[in-house]
Amino acid sequence: MDIIKTRKLNLYYGTFQALKGIDMDIAEKEITAFIGPSGCGKSTFLKTLNRMIHMVPGVKITGEVSYRGKDILSNTIDETNLRKNIGMVFQKPNPFPMSIYDNIAYGPKLHGNTNKAQLNDLVEKSLRGAALWDEVKDRLKKSASGLSGGQQQRLCIARALSVSPDVLLMDEPTSALDPASTMKIEELMIELKKDYTVVIVTHNMQQATRISDKTAFFLVGELIEMGKTDDVFSLPKDKRTEDYITGRFG
Amino acid sequence: MNESLSPKRKVYGVLLQGFIFLCTGITVALLVGLLGYIFYQGLGHISWKLLSTARSALEDTIGILPNIIYTLYIIFTTLLIAIPIGVGAAIYLNEYVVNKRFVQIIEFAAETLSGIPSIIFGLVGYMFFCQKLKLGSSILAGSLTLSIMILPTIIRTTQETLKTVPNTYREGSFALGATKWYMIRTILIPSSLDGILSGAILSIGRIVGESAALIFTAGTGYVLVKNYFEALQTSGGSLSVALYVYVYEHGEFGVGFAIASILMLIVFTVNVATKAVKKKI
Repeated sequence: MDIIKTRKLNLYYGTFQALKGIDMDIAEKEITAFIGPSGCGKSTFLKTLNRMIHMVPGVKITGEVSYRGKDILSNTIDETNLRKNIGMVFQKPNPFPMSIYDNIAYGPKLHGNTNKAQLNDLVEKSLRGAALWDEVKDRLKKSASGLSGGQQQRLCIARALSVSPDVLLMDEPTSALDPASTMKIEELMIELKKDYTVVIVTHNMQQATRISDKTAFFLVGELIEMGKTDDVFSLPKDKRTEDYITGRFG
Repeated sequence: MNESLSPKRKVYGVLLQGFIFLCTGITVALLVGLLGYIFYQGLGHISWKLLSTARSALEDTIGILPNIIYTLYIIFTTLLIAIPIGVGAAIYLNEYVVNKRFVQIIEFAAETLSGIPSIIFGLVGYMFFCQKLKLGSSILAGSLTLSIMILPTIIRTTQETLKTVPNTYREGSFALGATKWYMIRTILIPSSLDGILSGAILSIGRIVGESAALIFTAGTGYVLVKNYFEALQTSGGSLSVALYVYVYEHGEFGVGFAIASILMLIVFTVNVATKAVKKKI
């Protein structure tokens, strides 16, 4: 089932058109990877899905974006609720300047859960969900900034999981990490798709082939091609996709 | 020194080094000398009686207890008024205003405000708070006047720390569904406590040292009243004001130096306390 749909999505930064008529369907409980050279609009597109792009001054959007049938471009949408359902993990790990525990409890508290016992459970469940529990269970009250980069990124994933999202958007989540940490996060993502729909922007084409079910290739604001990852990489329909994945530009 | 340098450059180097040593030496000597002189002249005049009693015309004794207490009241009241307003203004300027030109104008205004001589604040405070608002010569009028005086400092230091809070924190909070105010309350204010504290400390220094503006607005009262709220409506001289009054009007130089020593100790304590609190944060 398709959980997110966009139709004729155009996005402008002032007069510059960053997205051109994107039609896309994102399937539930799969990993969808967005690839393409820098500035192709893949991050912009990702941020449109949870309205983070609305925070950029001067952004104008036309077309349709729906999440489970709800029009998310509508001005009446409840952003708090939308972002609870569609979580996000950023390129650079961004734990808050507080303890590991408080980082995870931040989301549930924000959405009104103040029950201590429930919070404790949620913190453990989220950290387990992000394969971090065993590494940090003895220092939950320590500052999150003491963790390694890879651990911090898994903490951010745990933080996103803490509010039981439906979809996880990941904007190049491993680009700031070393290969070992990257591998851990990739394994984690494959685990996560059992329960969540994952959409990931990546610069790393091997990463897309390793973990994603579907791949979408963007170029200067257009969606050039989207399909099963194996098909896109072995039999690209479009010449530009082929040029990009074979490394002729990018 | 490098062996390959020519003799001329070697001499030049040595001379320059000597000159820099001399500059440092003068600075340190001035500081130590000044402190030493004040303590030498003042410490001997500090007695329990001076610290623990109010001035009595009947017994012809001098005590600065009211002045110590009024100084603390003025610090407390001024910060109580200025910190919320200053922090609020800084948050507004940094987080809400999109028009950069507007921010620049406000910043320029605040900058100018901080350059105005304090006696002018005193004059305006006297006309407005004491006369117009009929607060009379009182701790409250003095504190209100000083609040305006230190507002630029609080705004600037808070703004500086807000600017150092990485945008990724804000994004992380918004991405979890936080509203702007929730993000400010849970992320921004806690991470700028440090800067707010620095602003408060700088301000305490300024409040403790202020005399001109306070003579106009809080007066030179030395009668101890029962509680804080009564004091707000009473004329009360801070330590700096008392120093001026005792030396200039009574010729009590010993008491003057005693007060000076106490002021130094207060400033020192505040600095040490801040360092300790900062470490904890």
